[in-house]
Amino acid sequence: MKTGTASSRLALVASYAILLVCAALFFLPVAFMIVASFKPDDLVLGEAGTWRALVPTDASLSNYADVFERVNFARYFMNSVVITGAIVTAGLLVNSMVAYAFARMRWRGRKLLFGFVLALLILPFEAIAVPLFYQMIEFGWRNSYQVQIVPFIANAFSIYLFYSFFLQIPREMEEAAAIDGAGSWRTFFTLIVPLAKPAFATVAILSFLMHWGNYLWPLMVVDYETYRPLPVGLAEFQTLPPIQWGDIMAFGVMMVLPVLVVFLVFQKGFVRGVAASGMKH
Amino acid sequence: MGNRSRQSGGFLTGRTAEALCLAGPALLGLLLFVAAPFAIALILSLTNFRMGTPLETQFVGLEQYRRILGDEAFRRALLNNAVFALVVVPVQTGLALGLALLLNRQLRGRVLFRTLFFMPVVFPMALVAVVWQVLLAPGPDGLINSLMGILTFGAWTPRDFLRDPQFALPAIMLMSIWQGVGFQMVIMLAGRQAVPEHLYEAASVEGAGAWRQFLHVTLPGMKNTIFFVVVVTTILAFRLFDQVDILTQGGPRHATTTVMYEAVRATFAEARVARAAAMTVVFFLIVVGLALVQRRLMKEEREIT
Repeated sequence: MKTGTASSRLALVASYAILLVCAALFFLPVAFMIVASFKPDDLVLGEAGTWRALVPTDASLSNYADVFERVNFARYFMNSVVITGAIVTAGLLVNSMVAYAFARMRWRGRKLLFGFVLALLILPFEAIAVPLFYQMIEFGWRNSYQVQIVPFIANAFSIYLFYSFFLQIPREMEEAAAIDGAGSWRTFFTLIVPLAKPAFATVAILSFLMHWGNYLWPLMVVDYETYRPLPVGLAEFQTLPPIQWGDIMAFGVMMVLPVLVVFLVFQKGFVRGVAASGMKH
Repeated sequence: MGNRSRQSGGFLTGRTAEALCLAGPALLGLLLFVAAPFAIALILSLTNFRMGTPLETQFVGLEQYRRILGDEAFRRALLNNAVFALVVVPVQTGLALGLALLLNRQLRGRVLFRTLFFMPVVFPMALVAVVWQVLLAPGPDGLINSLMGILTFGAWTPRDFLRDPQFALPAIMLMSIWQGVGFQMVIMLAGRQAVPEHLYEAASVEGAGAWRQFLHVTLPGMKNTIFFVVVVTTILAFRLFDQVDILTQGGPRHATTTVMYEAVRATFAEARVARAAAMTVVFFLIVVGLALVQRRLMKEEREIT
C-alpha cells in the first residue's frame, strides 16, 4: 500500500468499498431495531419499505414505557442476570479447579477421567436436552432457577480451555510454593488463579455469550414468568396481542443494550476469547 | 535437579484425595447432567416410553429409529438441516474468511469494521429472529422486499418470505449467517495472524502475486482453522432450533422443520419421549460423524507438514 502503484491503490479502494458495503448491511438490522423502538407502533411497519425506516419519526419513549406496563420486563431481566451470573461464576470456580487437577497434579484415575471430559467435548447440549428434561422432572426441578443453572455449571469446553492455559504456566513457581509447604488448594487459589486471569476472562466471556441467549432449555422447563429469562420473555411478548412492533423493538433494545455496552468496553477480551475458542485443535 | 523432581513426584501422587476434591464438583456435574442424560437417551430410544400414560414401557429394539426414519416430517427435517448446512457453511465460511483477510490489512478503521461485523454475535438468536421478522415483512412495505425491488430495478415481486415454502428456509439462513459470521471471522483472523509473515515475503520475492499468495500461502497456512470453522458451522447447522420455533414453527408444510424442532415437538406436543430420544441420538451420530471427518482431515494435514 505504501508503494502506491496503481493496482495496489485500486485494491485498497476496492477493500474499503467492500468493507463499507458489508458494514452498512451488517449494521442495518441493528439501526432498524433501535430507530423502530422510538417510533409509534404503526410507523414501524408503515415506514419499513422506505428510507424513513432509519429515521426516528415522532420519536418518543412511550414504547419503552409500554414494555414495562405490558410485561414484567424487570423480572425477566433479573432472571437472566441471576441465571447467567450463577452459571458463569460457579463455572469459573469448578471448571478451573478440575482443570488444575488435570494439568498439574498426578493422581490415580487422572488419565481416565480426563479422557471422559474430552469425550464429552463433542456432545452438544441439543443431544441431551430431551432426556435431561425428563431427568429434571424426576428431580422435581421444573420451574425453578436451579434447573436453568446447575446442569450447565460443569462444562467440558471450559475445562479444556483452562487446562490448556494452566499447562503454559511455568512449573517452577508451584514447586517453590510446595517447598514452602503450601497445599494444592492454597497454591491454586493464591498462585495459579491470579496468574491465569486471562483464561478466566476468556471462559467468563464465552460462557456468558453461550448462556445469555439460551432459548430452547428455558422454553422446555419453565412455564411461568417467575423464572422466565429474557429470550423466552421476548418470544412470548412478540405474540402478545395487540402486536405492537415498536414495543417489541424496545424490548429488544433493552435486552441487548447491556450486553452491547459490556461488549464495547471489553471488546479485546471478547475477540481474544472467541479467537481462543478456535485454537483448540 | 533429579532429586527434586523425584521428590515432587512422590509428593504429588500422595495427593489423590486432594485432587479428587478439586476435580469432584465438575466431574460430578458432567456425570450427572451430561453423561447420564445421554445414556438415558440411548436407553429410552430403544423403548416405547411415553410420559403420562398408564401403559407399561416395553423394550422395542430399533423400532423408534425405523419409525422416525420412515416419518415424512423427520426426513424433511434431516433434509432441511443438510440443505441449511450445504448453503450456510460455504457462504458463512467464505464470508468470514474474506472479511478476516480484508481486516488483516493495515486499513484505517479496521477496529470499527471488526466491531460492526462482530456485533450481531452478542445478539441472542431469539432477538435476531424477532428483528428479522420485521425486516422480512411481506408486501412492498417490507424492508428486504423493498431493498430487493431497488436492487433489481423493480423486477422483484414482493414475497411473504416466512410463509413461502420456497423462501422460508433461505430467509432463516440469511439471518443465521448475519448473526454468526462475526464469530467465525474472529477465529479466521486469529488463524491468519498465525501464518508466519516470512512465508509471504518469500513468496513475494519469488514473484507470486496476491492471488498466488492466497492459494499457496494463506490457504495451506489456515487449513486447520478453516476445517475447524467448517465443522463447527456444520454442527451449528444441525442444532438449528430457535429461529424456526419463533418464526415458522417448522412450516409452511415442513419447509423449515429441523431435527431439533421435531425432537422438541415429539416431547411436548406428543409426550413421545422415546421417539424424541431416538431423534437426539440420530442428531448425535451426525455430530460424531462430522467430528470424525474433521479429525481425519486434520490428521492428514499433520502428516503432510
